[in-house]
Amino acid sequence: MTGVAVVGAAETTELGKIPHLSQMQLHADAALNAMADAGLTAKDIDGIATAGERPTDLAYYLGITPTWVDGTSVGGCSFMLHVRHAVAAIASGQCTTVLITHGESGRSGVGRSGFPRAPASLAGQFEVPFGPMGPPTMFTLPVLRYMKDYGMTHEQLAMVAVVQREWASMNPRASFQEEITVDDVLNSKMIAYPFHLLECCLVTDGGGALILTKADRAADFPQPPVHILGTGESVETPMISQMDDLTSSRAFKVAGSFAMRDAGISHAEVDHLMVYDAFAHLPIYGLEDLGFCKKGEAADFIWEQNTAPGGCLPMNTNGGGLSYMHSGMYGMYALQESVRQIRGTAPAQVKDANVSLCLGVGGMFGASGCIVFGKEPK
Amino acid sequence: MDKPTRSLPQPTPETQHFWEGTQAEQLLLQRCTQCTHTYFPPRPFCPSCSSRSVEVYAASGRATLASYVINQRPHPAFDGPYAIALVDLEEGPRMMTNIVECAQTPEALQLDMPLEVRFEQVSEDIKLPLFAPAKIAPAKIAPAGESK
Repeated sequence: MTGVAVVGAAETTELGKIPHLSQMQLHADAALNAMADAGLTAKDIDGIATAGERPTDLAYYLGITPTWVDGTSVGGCSFMLHVRHAVAAIASGQCTTVLITHGESGRSGVGRSGFPRAPASLAGQFEVPFGPMGPPTMFTLPVLRYMKDYGMTHEQLAMVAVVQREWASMNPRASFQEEITVDDVLNSKMIAYPFHLLECCLVTDGGGALILTKADRAADFPQPPVHILGTGESVETPMISQMDDLTSSRAFKVAGSFAMRDAGISHAEVDHLMVYDAFAHLPIYGLEDLGFCKKGEAADFIWEQNTAPGGCLPMNTNGGGLSYMHSGMYGMYALQESVRQIRGTAPAQVKDANVSLCLGVGGMFGASGCIVFGKEPK
Repeated sequence: MDKPTRSLPQPTPETQHFWEGTQAEQLLLQRCTQCTHTYFPPRPFCPSCSSRSVEVYAASGRATLASYVINQRPHPAFDGPYAIALVDLEEGPRMMTNIVECAQTPEALQLDMPLEVRFEQVSEDIKLPLFAPAKIAPAKIAPAGESK
């Protein structure tokens, strides 16, 4: 255990298409909802972390005077890293109550900053000239290698999206709720072979925020505490072409194994799993790199419905980036779902969810953060 | 295939030699003189052992197709769907590139197919290294070590 717990958690009031709010206000809307959830105001917050906007801008906008600031920005898993850094900051006395926010006008693009890659950067010199057009043509690049080396079929890749839609069908806030079949996925528009539209994440607007403090203060808050049992983080490379191994994420392995060791848990103790799914192959890489499946077996594991409702390892139970929502930096929504599952308030609630593991990815396979949550401090 | 709208690399002091190499139709790699590790992209030290003692040498230009996607969305520099490819160079490093002289289809683009480098002038100062299906069977080619 870390001695730190989540005592406030919320998403933006709306999700999906929110053209009447700027990106900064999406941060603020989520932050205000999380403060209300914890029974706090900005005056009670003394630590702030965010990505996508500068922490200076956000602290000023919300009226926070922090003694601790973190602007770590490594893509969609930045918020996992913020949780990890906040745990250390709270434990060492640099602050007592940390607010972590995310907001992104991914669909409407209101007041959104871009992700330019400078022509003199390594990616700008050695990747961009060959025509990649954002994540659908970069994050997806390793998967044909995986398919050939481990015999994964197009149908198996499609099944990832089918199972997650099954979870989304139970979630009234999910962007897409209508159940789909493998054929539906394979008949959807080709985006970048071998990826079809339904194997790629949504593009939506939204936000989320978390409030962390010492677990021994948790009785002072209206919500039951969600204890942070263990954390991990790592980075690998800003260039998809330079991954150590096209069939595995080194950052997943480092962050995941550290978090599980830190938490002192075995795989069998994990009741609920979130694996950041910007594209359909990510849960397959995640299951293997975390050690829930042996190399080459995760596609079968998903095909056999082990991660589906009623399966032994419920995964991406909000519907994931493929069906729930995906603003661009999805990690915050994975964290929110882990918190809801441990609190027992998820729309598709898993029975006896006592330990939830949440794995994030950022900048294609560039970075990873992993958080283990528990109902008990352990 | 190439039009002026392709995004162009901007060489830095650490990568200048690579782009001068492609202008001369050579694919230049770097090798550590301490631990013999060959690496890419360029930098003036070894990412394996941190030694600053490295040398530049010409690669064979031979590679195999490691993975790819075929982008269906229109890109101003490409006509129709095009493959963004990762190739494993004979010397070890992997790089992103495009596959030329080949249909941009899953049937034509077979993983592990042998490839050889081409150089395509995309601006006055820049030639990009692209790859085409190899014309000579790899077994008949001399080992890479003799090419420096």
